[in-house]
Amino acid sequence: MYALAVFLPLIAAIIAGLGGRWLKDSGAQFVTCGALLASAAISIYMLFDVAVGGNPQTVELFTWISSGTFEVTWALRFDQLTAVMMFVVTVVSAMVHVYSIGYMHHDPSIPRFMAYLSLFTFFMLMLVTSDNFVQMFFGWEGVGLCSYFLIGFWYDRPAANDAAIKAFLVNRVGDFGFALGIMGVFFLYQAVSFDEVFAATPELSKATIHFLGAEYHALTVLCILLFIGAMGKSAQLGLHTWLPDAMEGPTPVSALIHAATMVTAGVFMVARLSPMFEYSPIALSLVVVVGASTAFFAATIGLCQNDIKRVIAYSTCSQLGYMFFACGVSAYSAGIFHLTTHAFFKALLFLGAGSVIHAMSGEQDMRKMGGLWRLIPLTYTMMWVGSLALAGLPFFAGFYSKDMILESAFAAHTGLGTYAFWLGIAAAIMTAFYSWRLLIMTFHGSSRADEKTLAHVHESPKSMTIPLLVLALGAIFSGFVGFDYFVGEHMAEFWGKSIFVMEGNNVIEAAHHVPFWVKALTIIVVLGGIGLAYAMYMGAPNSPARFVAAIRPVYLFVYNKWYFDELYDRIFVRPAFYLGRGLWKEGDGALIDGLGPDGVTAVVRNLARRASALQTGYVYHYAFAMLIGVAGMVTWYLYGQTG
Amino acid sequence: MTDWPILSLVTFLPTLGAAFILLFIRGDAADVAQRSRATALWVSLSTFLVSLLLWVDFDTTTASFQYVQKIAWIPSLGISYHMGVDGISMLFVILSTFLTPICVLASWQSVQTRVKEYMVAFLVLETLMVGMFCALDFVLFYVFFEAVLIPMFLIIGIWGGANRVYAAFKFFLYTLAGSVLMLIALLTIYFEADSSDIPTLLHHSFDPDLQRWLWLAFFASFAVKVPMWPVHTWLPDAHVEAPTAGSVILAGVLLKMGAYGFLRFSVPMLPFATEFFTPLIYTLSIIAVIYTSLVALAQEDMKKLIAYSSVAHMGFVTIGIFTLTQQGLQGALFQMLSHGIIASALFLCVGVVYDRLHSREIARYGGLVHRMPVYAAMFMVFMLGSVGLPGTSGFVGEFLILVGVFQVNSWVAMLATTGIILGAAYMLYLYRRVIFGKLTKDDLKNMLDLSPREIAVMAPLIVVTLWMGIYPAPFLAVMDASVANLISEHKTAMEAIKAVSLAAR
Repeated sequence: MYALAVFLPLIAAIIAGLGGRWLKDSGAQFVTCGALLASAAISIYMLFDVAVGGNPQTVELFTWISSGTFEVTWALRFDQLTAVMMFVVTVVSAMVHVYSIGYMHHDPSIPRFMAYLSLFTFFMLMLVTSDNFVQMFFGWEGVGLCSYFLIGFWYDRPAANDAAIKAFLVNRVGDFGFALGIMGVFFLYQAVSFDEVFAATPELSKATIHFLGAEYHALTVLCILLFIGAMGKSAQLGLHTWLPDAMEGPTPVSALIHAATMVTAGVFMVARLSPMFEYSPIALSLVVVVGASTAFFAATIGLCQNDIKRVIAYSTCSQLGYMFFACGVSAYSAGIFHLTTHAFFKALLFLGAGSVIHAMSGEQDMRKMGGLWRLIPLTYTMMWVGSLALAGLPFFAGFYSKDMILESAFAAHTGLGTYAFWLGIAAAIMTAFYSWRLLIMTFHGSSRADEKTLAHVHESPKSMTIPLLVLALGAIFSGFVGFDYFVGEHMAEFWGKSIFVMEGNNVIEAAHHVPFWVKALTIIVVLGGIGLAYAMYMGAPNSPARFVAAIRPVYLFVYNKWYFDELYDRIFVRPAFYLGRGLWKEGDGALIDGLGPDGVTAVVRNLARRASALQTGYVYHYAFAMLIGVAGMVTWYLYGQTG
Repeated sequence: MTDWPILSLVTFLPTLGAAFILLFIRGDAADVAQRSRATALWVSLSTFLVSLLLWVDFDTTTASFQYVQKIAWIPSLGISYHMGVDGISMLFVILSTFLTPICVLASWQSVQTRVKEYMVAFLVLETLMVGMFCALDFVLFYVFFEAVLIPMFLIIGIWGGANRVYAAFKFFLYTLAGSVLMLIALLTIYFEADSSDIPTLLHHSFDPDLQRWLWLAFFASFAVKVPMWPVHTWLPDAHVEAPTAGSVILAGVLLKMGAYGFLRFSVPMLPFATEFFTPLIYTLSIIAVIYTSLVALAQEDMKKLIAYSSVAHMGFVTIGIFTLTQQGLQGALFQMLSHGIIASALFLCVGVVYDRLHSREIARYGGLVHRMPVYAAMFMVFMLGSVGLPGTSGFVGEFLILVGVFQVNSWVAMLATTGIILGAAYMLYLYRRVIFGKLTKDDLKNMLDLSPREIAVMAPLIVVTLWMGIYPAPFLAVMDASVANLISEHKTAMEAIKAVSLAAR
């Protein structure tokens, strides 16, 4: 039955995708939403059976690739970690499917959209249920593909096409590492299934590998390579540039793929591979550094974005950083806990933002909003719930999970743990600040929209508001309900063997006993951030502009996203085209062809021309040539005689 | 196992069809054209069906040659008509017979001049391709190997584009240079081993010094056919000028001849030299992967872009062959099949729009998805196959090769893996410029979507692309025993050579 939960979305995608013309819009919506709701129902049951009930299982399908000792099967692994991920993916996806009915109702290609969404869900489920590295890679690339389809869904728009290609290519850079990692895993273990690899890891914990001309600790190399894949998918520092641009896609896509599910695949990967990462302190340190730095860096950019979706996108990037540094300090369960709560409140925020955009007839710039709260009160309330959960105020979901992460980082008592803790605190202030900046700019003050748009503002239809309410329930309660299971007293039974933490790395236990000031600090900084946002944007609406003017260079640096795009354009994109053209015209054209076929032809033709030049047709020329010939022969003969 | 000469039947059935067309189809021009097309289609389809029997009865547990047929041909010289297939060649026979009907169908409307001769050329070409993969006597092999060029040369030269003479000539010049050297090598082998029988030669051990020279001579011929950098420049021109179906056969089958040659001659017969020259192959292949991918990025002509991508993909193949690992070799074989399907399909995709607008220039297109959604979807599948997305055939081959090479040399693995990034770059960029965007150009606004005939051409290729991607086991099973045998023979041979050189000391 659990396999059905995975394949229902695929079947729905095929039906809606190929049969869209006959099914019409409503048929496609019915098929895909129905399949997803059924899949979500099965997943909820599974969460209780597999995770709470402790009943992991694996379903083998058939052989995929078999070449010598390289054996890969299609198999679905339903363990505790998978159950949690499936729950998150199917529930959020089902809500997004329903929401899309309302959000996309003006669009001319609804069946295609619904098919893509369902197909994405299928690949995501394949990713989280994978039983081996290669199948994980299948899901991994598959979600990337659907992300590409959906970002570029409005293929008329050049910006959407650019963003789609960028997303695919930046992800491919990450996948470059992932693929090499898989090759390395096979090289070291002669196996690629998780069970075999994890079982052999303790023996191989000291093994070395010869990689790129030097000998290294094998697990460190492998984990770092695999982590590069995770960085790409989860938009971590350096490979993050695609995520903000991905907001060119329709908003439900941003909620599902670029907030709740796909981008968290990297975190899932690290947690899934915890039996390997645990044996490589260096790789874990890298995870901490990258995660914490991203949390901080993305939050700074979030401070000064004006596009409502981009603010939330950078916030996602930053929150993913939290999840990563949690994993890096061995608090995998805290990372997955945050992944779960984040999926609800971030999807809520995105869909709320979608509701705002829907109300504003497609406007996304917060500078042209303001004063909307009276007009769309339900959306306004939902955005509040989402923001409270994101900021992590007490008793909302984010409070439990984010505090757990910060406390774990603190309790790790390592240099890097402390680094992560303080950057996390700094990011928490900024998170609170930009969340309330968003709320205030969008909903409060006087409206900056034009008359026509304003007259058209309306609350969204039920198909959009009901999913918001469901997600809001998750954003409020998932932390409170999940705490005991994910990171609290039932933790050990809940996770079973799906997450591995080495003796002595159990920071979650230590995190329950951090000093009181740590727990208090996290709440105080959030309140401070909110207060600051109120003071600046409500109290003195001119102050942001003055402040920006005062620190203009810093502001520009942050506003331009630390110039990553410009840098990459200079060092990768343009040189690639430049080189390509150069190699084509000069390398192939001038050099190879010039010396090769064209050169040979030229030489032959040249010789032929000279030879033909001899044939002038004048008798005395020929006579002269003959005479020289005869003279030459006689001379040679005479020399022969004497010599 | 059957007693009737099935390989000869598969090989010569198309020639019989060609003879039939030449001898019996007469009448007024339109009638002749139509009947030639129909005959060619039926003949090639039945050839394909017969060839499938090869797979049905194929014994996957043995590495020895199957369906063997041996008749003395020139007894005084010991040359015989010797046919047979093993796990390395069998699927290429099927690839050839599979692509020929597709080519006939694809040329249904696009070729309107000298239709009869065109169909005859294709059927003869099929015979020669199949014969080349089945030949187990190198004289026979050489005849087929070289004769393949003649119909191809004619197809480009007669039914090709504007600049066809230059292309046909360049194609000929390159391949001829290689062929001469290969002939010398074959003669040397003949005088050295006193046999032209390939199975016999597989067990003959050549002197290491001689091996190097022989290897280089073979290399000259095979590298051109693959094509490897830097002898690849004939390929873009040949593709650009060839008619669509010509490109399909060129990319689908002819490019496999070089790699097949490496597998049939260089690697098993010259183990010492193979190991000696492996770094050379790696270097050239990596240059091919990176260099041609970058060049593909800069192309303005669709066919040229795909031609360059072929060079990059074949770079993976040569890497895989010379890893001499199970995964690398199986991956290389698989990649050859996969590329045969996907590159052919991509050329067909270009052909579809070329038939409508008579331009291959990327900038002439844009926004085709608006008018041609079915075409866009099919093109997308093949594009993803070319990019090597898991679930398509492109992934399985590429990934197995990389897995194989990582065990041998991580530098090569790392550099070759950059190909998956660059490959995605040029294909997505192509797709974006041709298919996506606004539909602004007037003459594109009334382009028609795929006709049922065109769908019939593309659909089998889609099925195979996905089948090979999701359930490649049947294909890999065919290769398994032969590849394993190739590796173990290689090891034994190397040990023998080492023993001899130790003893000599």
